[in-house]
Amino acid sequence: MGLLDKEFSDDNIVISKVDDLLNWARLSSLWQMSFGLACCAIEMMATSASHYDFDRFGVIPRPSPRQADIIIISGTVTLKMATRIKRLYEQMADPKYIISMGSCSNCGGPYWEHGYHVLKGVDRVIPVDVYVPGCPPRPEALLEGLLTLQEKIRNESLVKKSV
Amino acid sequence: MLKTEQMVLNMGPQHPSTHGVLRLELELEGEIIVNVKPHLGYLHRCFEKHCEAMTYPQIIPYVDRLDYLASMNNEMGYAIAVERLLDIKVPERVEYIRVIMAELQRIASHMVAVGTYGIDIGAFTPFLYLFRDRERILTLFEKTCGARLLYNYIWVGGLSHDLPINFVNETRDFLNDFKKTVIEVNNLLSYNKIFIERTANVGVLNVESAINYGITGPNLRASGLKWDIRRNDPYSIYDRFDFEIPVGEGLHGQVGDCWDRYYLRVQEMIQSIRIVEQALDQLPEGEITSALPKRIKPVEGQLYSRVENPKGELGYFIVSKGQLQPFRVKVRPPSFINLSVLGELCKGHLIADVIAILGSIDIVLGEVDR
Repeated sequence: MGLLDKEFSDDNIVISKVDDLLNWARLSSLWQMSFGLACCAIEMMATSASHYDFDRFGVIPRPSPRQADIIIISGTVTLKMATRIKRLYEQMADPKYIISMGSCSNCGGPYWEHGYHVLKGVDRVIPVDVYVPGCPPRPEALLEGLLTLQEKIRNESLVKKSV
Repeated sequence: MLKTEQMVLNMGPQHPSTHGVLRLELELEGEIIVNVKPHLGYLHRCFEKHCEAMTYPQIIPYVDRLDYLASMNNEMGYAIAVERLLDIKVPERVEYIRVIMAELQRIASHMVAVGTYGIDIGAFTPFLYLFRDRERILTLFEKTCGARLLYNYIWVGGLSHDLPINFVNETRDFLNDFKKTVIEVNNLLSYNKIFIERTANVGVLNVESAINYGITGPNLRASGLKWDIRRNDPYSIYDRFDFEIPVGEGLHGQVGDCWDRYYLRVQEMIQSIRIVEQALDQLPEGEITSALPKRIKPVEGQLYSRVENPKGELGYFIVSKGQLQPFRVKVRPPSFINLSVLGELCKGHLIADVIAILGSIDIVLGEVDR
């Protein structure tokens, strides 16, 4: 995938671009902050567990925001929780990415109409990279969301700001 | 004389072992807990406010999202409450399918409780074994109604779908395999020396304070009282099945310690297997849609109806003013009331024991905050 294109006869030397090398390293071990909010967190756990095995894509849970690369907002974001999520996001080290999982964190979901307490979309407090729809999304949908995020990271550049 | 200061430590709302977004304010004397104050409301989803605006069938999806590990049981409790209000009787086949679904869901809920409790204490493998088997239950549910976690399956007066082809055989296969998993989990976790050291004699809850705090479900039974609404106040068709009600015996410590509460869930899974097997044997043929009402509009009145959820007594208090919407639906959530005892259980223990005690109470924050 671009990284190992040019190889000399001696196997120990590989020529690559800095962007490609960094992106490859970043997208292959996305450590996820173990942070569950509501129902979607159960599906997130199921994705990490034996049947779907998030570990295949280099995603393992880390309990501390300081050591995490992605945060999966999995569930209803109440107004009380929103300030805490913002702080957790600010504590993470760059580069950091966000997957918004489920209708609640995408837009408020079933609590959109009468929910006096629900933030209508987590993107009002933190910038979201990938939205995964569903209530709750299937584990396959979350895997697809992660692959989409990896695709996004692959096209990033140190010099040019990616879209 | 040398004096020390008390320290306040916040645990959560982002903490891997608080089972959701619970915040605990711990007051510490060194490493000893003096007081625990749980702070709630991080997942408040205004269930009652929604019920004011929704019609009776529209509430079922919101009922699903209370205790999202046991949606089938929540739906069953709500459906039974509204059926009592309407005074309708559902067909035999519906009753049997409801019991099968509720007991499979009880197994699935206890699987999560036991698996995550292992993680809290430091054992990762049982979690993987149990989630492997939980996927099979979810597959059965998915074949039946199309959803994995939140089903909207049990409706007032009936069900949304009949059982799929081959459901009975697949469920039997699963139950036979799962009996082996229970033995595996017992060998891996329940009788593990390290696990017993961490949980036995920790957080002992005696019967008196359990009753005074209103504790129900496995937590109450682990303290030694045989109280199960399926037996003591039978609903649906639970009086037709032969099953035992396990109680805590204090095999490795005192009655009502963390190990008892954990092990009771393992034993309940075995009893649920027995109930599902009997229900599959007796499952009658027949119609499932005949009792579905066209319009749900109960007469004026109010009622409290309760069922045995995996976490404890789930009660619905419904007030009807003779309209399409209920006037009020109040939920008595088992998790919320079980959580209230946490402060007393933790006093005098170490910080690490808070995790063990909280995990053994088995709360779901969606139900605590509603």
